[in-house]
Amino acid sequence: MTPLIQVDRLCIGYRNAHGERLHVLRDVSLAIHRGETIGVVGESGCGKSTLTLALMGFLRRGSEVISGTVRFDGYDLFNLDETALAKIRGGRIAVVPQNAGQSLTPSIRIGAQIAEAIRLHTSMPREAIFQRVTELLAHVRLPDPAALARRYPHQLSGGQQQRAAIAMALASEPEVLLLDEPTTGLDVTTQVALLALLADLQRQMGVAMVCISHDIGVIARLCRHIAVMYAGEVIEYGPTEAVLGQPQHPYTRGLLAAIPTIRASVIPRGIGGRPPVVRDGALGCAFAQRCDYADELCLSERPALASSRRENTLHMARCHHVARIVDLPAPSKAIRPAAAPNGERTQPLLEVLDVAVTYYRPGLVGEAARLLGAAVRPKPVVEGITFDVHTGETVALVGESGSGKSTVVRAIIGMNAPFAGQIRFRGAPLAGQADARPLDVRRRIQIVFQNPDASLNPRQQVGQILAQPLRLYFRLSPRACRERAAQLLEQVRLGADYLTRYPAQLSGGEKQRVAIARAFAADPDIVLCDEITSALDVSVQAAVLELLVELQRERGTAYVFIAHDLAVVRAVADRVVVMHLGRVCETGTVSEVYSPPHHPYTEALLAAAHDIHLDGSSAPDRAAAFSRAI
Amino acid sequence: MNRLRDRLSEPSPGSVWRSLLRSRSGTIGIAVVLVHLVIALIAPAIIPHDPALQSAARAFQPPSLEHPFGTDQLGRDVFSRVLMGGQTALGVTLISSALAIIWGGTVGIALGLIGGRVDELMMRLVDALLAIPWLLFLLLVVSVLGKNNAVLIAVLTFFYGLPAIRIVRAGTLDFVARDFITAARVRGERTITIIRRELLPNVLDILLVEGAMQWSWMLLGFSSLSFLGFGVQPPTPDWGLMISDNTRTFSLYPWATFFPLIALSSLIIGINLAADALAKALGLDRAQGAPL
Repeated sequence: MTPLIQVDRLCIGYRNAHGERLHVLRDVSLAIHRGETIGVVGESGCGKSTLTLALMGFLRRGSEVISGTVRFDGYDLFNLDETALAKIRGGRIAVVPQNAGQSLTPSIRIGAQIAEAIRLHTSMPREAIFQRVTELLAHVRLPDPAALARRYPHQLSGGQQQRAAIAMALASEPEVLLLDEPTTGLDVTTQVALLALLADLQRQMGVAMVCISHDIGVIARLCRHIAVMYAGEVIEYGPTEAVLGQPQHPYTRGLLAAIPTIRASVIPRGIGGRPPVVRDGALGCAFAQRCDYADELCLSERPALASSRRENTLHMARCHHVARIVDLPAPSKAIRPAAAPNGERTQPLLEVLDVAVTYYRPGLVGEAARLLGAAVRPKPVVEGITFDVHTGETVALVGESGSGKSTVVRAIIGMNAPFAGQIRFRGAPLAGQADARPLDVRRRIQIVFQNPDASLNPRQQVGQILAQPLRLYFRLSPRACRERAAQLLEQVRLGADYLTRYPAQLSGGEKQRVAIARAFAADPDIVLCDEITSALDVSVQAAVLELLVELQRERGTAYVFIAHDLAVVRAVADRVVVMHLGRVCETGTVSEVYSPPHHPYTEALLAAAHDIHLDGSSAPDRAAAFSRAI
Repeated sequence: MNRLRDRLSEPSPGSVWRSLLRSRSGTIGIAVVLVHLVIALIAPAIIPHDPALQSAARAFQPPSLEHPFGTDQLGRDVFSRVLMGGQTALGVTLISSALAIIWGGTVGIALGLIGGRVDELMMRLVDALLAIPWLLFLLLVVSVLGKNNAVLIAVLTFFYGLPAIRIVRAGTLDFVARDFITAARVRGERTITIIRRELLPNVLDILLVEGAMQWSWMLLGFSSLSFLGFGVQPPTPDWGLMISDNTRTFSLYPWATFFPLIALSSLIIGINLAADALAKALGLDRAQGAPL
């Protein structure tokens, strides 16, 4: 049987400012049969999105097909006229874009948007279209479809928007559904529901699915086959259970070892280095520079995607040393030693006592209403927050988006509306606003933000960025600043040669290291980490987590670690505070919180997180393989 | 995307110059502006005739070797007058546009940082002021205070600084919300340090481009003033004035209007080309939805 989509040795590249040709995709071959599910996994910059676009015959501006073809049902997509392409795109191949909230037109009602998709690809009479819209919305399990069709996108939650986007993609009854990071940015409980929906739809409709994601857990849950991409190449391909259970490529092994697990307090391992830029005629294995097993052969000769195993010819890897790699035991994982119990004896470093925060910023209208005597009593965003942090320990604040985690952090750092209750630092109460706190107290409490792109000034070199706290707190001379900054860079495993670089010249992980170095430049007692790894790839996340743990071991710094990912929290935290809707619902040590009995909400969170990893109903082997792998 | 990354990866002043000169329109624009500036500076030394010398006998002579651009209705040499005619306009508008972005930039940054009610109130005030036709207002001021360059500069600076306030405030707001400013505040930096080290480097390019754009608008505005008789006073040569003096005879003796017109428009086009190329080189391309 001929495959529905056949990608054959596809190379896509672009020329940089110096006229060099760089490869985004290199010799990618994939076959997608009817009703099949394939997952494409890889870290940012590995060519996933370019591949997704190419599957629809799209190219990014400036890039070109160097060689190879993409055939859909026999048609060569890159040699097809626009009208023929338009019939295929959106009709026979539909895409569910990443971040549905942004891909739905904000000013058109949901129903009308879906109706338009139907009109475009079918010749249904008017009345039937409305019927079909409600049907589709019901199909993706949205409540009260008729009413929902009349809503605008912003009136839907993130998960509902994603469902509406799926309904729209299904409108033309496509043969292939492309899912671009279908669950990224959603809360874990929403993710689970959405994945269950997609799996059911796939089974009912027999539609082929290509799922692109950086999250192996999602792909394990959804796809029968998995393609691992690295530097524009498919470096490993095979049935999901086989790839996850017996990874043959060192990169896949590394990737699996980098995923934090929810089942033990294990520090995940990062992969050092960063992916190469692939130039024309590049020699050798793309992963060789970062590979522990690389030898002369790997540097000089590019391995082919081939199956090594005598019994399983469908499982292929692009590595010279497959035979050796596959028999190696799984990489060992360091169990993190539990922090010394110092709970009751010493005085806590930071105490948060019954804190409540209310955002109330009246506009002119609100002000007028208040003057006219209207009762404006805003509801607190967080309420009754109590926990403490001791020297050298890590306390994690966990919860879904909107649970008030960041509000608590902002209260501690003093960047909030005034809070009720008390926050004590080394026994003394902290002023509500940072401005009112002594400089020395400010120095001792530092923060690292979620998004390093926003937290580093794009117009300052790394050296200048690190010099700011040194100058402010220690009045160091410019020369001393530079020396100290170089030391700090060493400590975060970057070299002194980074001093003169601008943030735009750094990768996401490197930027976050600079942000961490800036926090540690103040020689703080406590560092607040606000979702600091959620914008990073897993291998980079693992490296940053490793770094945090090491820095803590060396310097005894306490962390307040804010995260939504329960596995990440388990990897680094000593104690956990679970937050839900602005309140604390459970507090305890890691082992207490992660083992039963649970608070009902913690239970739900943990179940959802487990579900991403392990699922009993639809794909037990695949999910179990993933679960074992990490 | 790739071009964006290439550009972002080298934000040094040298690279801005390089990419400015790499674009053809930028090179042309800068060359035109430089030629005009040089001519304005050395004009008194190179003019062949006294630009104010009148001679009824020589009125409306067509271009010749003696008078390359011909003569006007008073028999004055158009070539000499065109060379001299940019001096006042260039001087006044250069000073005013520099002052305009300094005052607009200062207020814009301050409002963006202060925020809240002060900001809201001030911006409505700016909106109201922008609604005043500045030309009419200027005529009023000039008729009260008399015609002199200081008044002109003050009024031009004030009105042309208003759009700069809007733009710089918007740019500042964009950065004030970013975490690196929050980080600086939490760290305990003084406001002046935050402005100088964190904010200014980021809004400086907006200011530069805005200043260049304002300069070209101001030239047009200033020449309109002269055209209306409120700017440069005779017998000082000025393009706007020359155009105004000779429009009625344009169909008969086009050279007396044509050459000052070319001088003025080439300068404005040159500035615009340079400003656009500068914006692109700094990554503020308006076509890419940048804050201009």
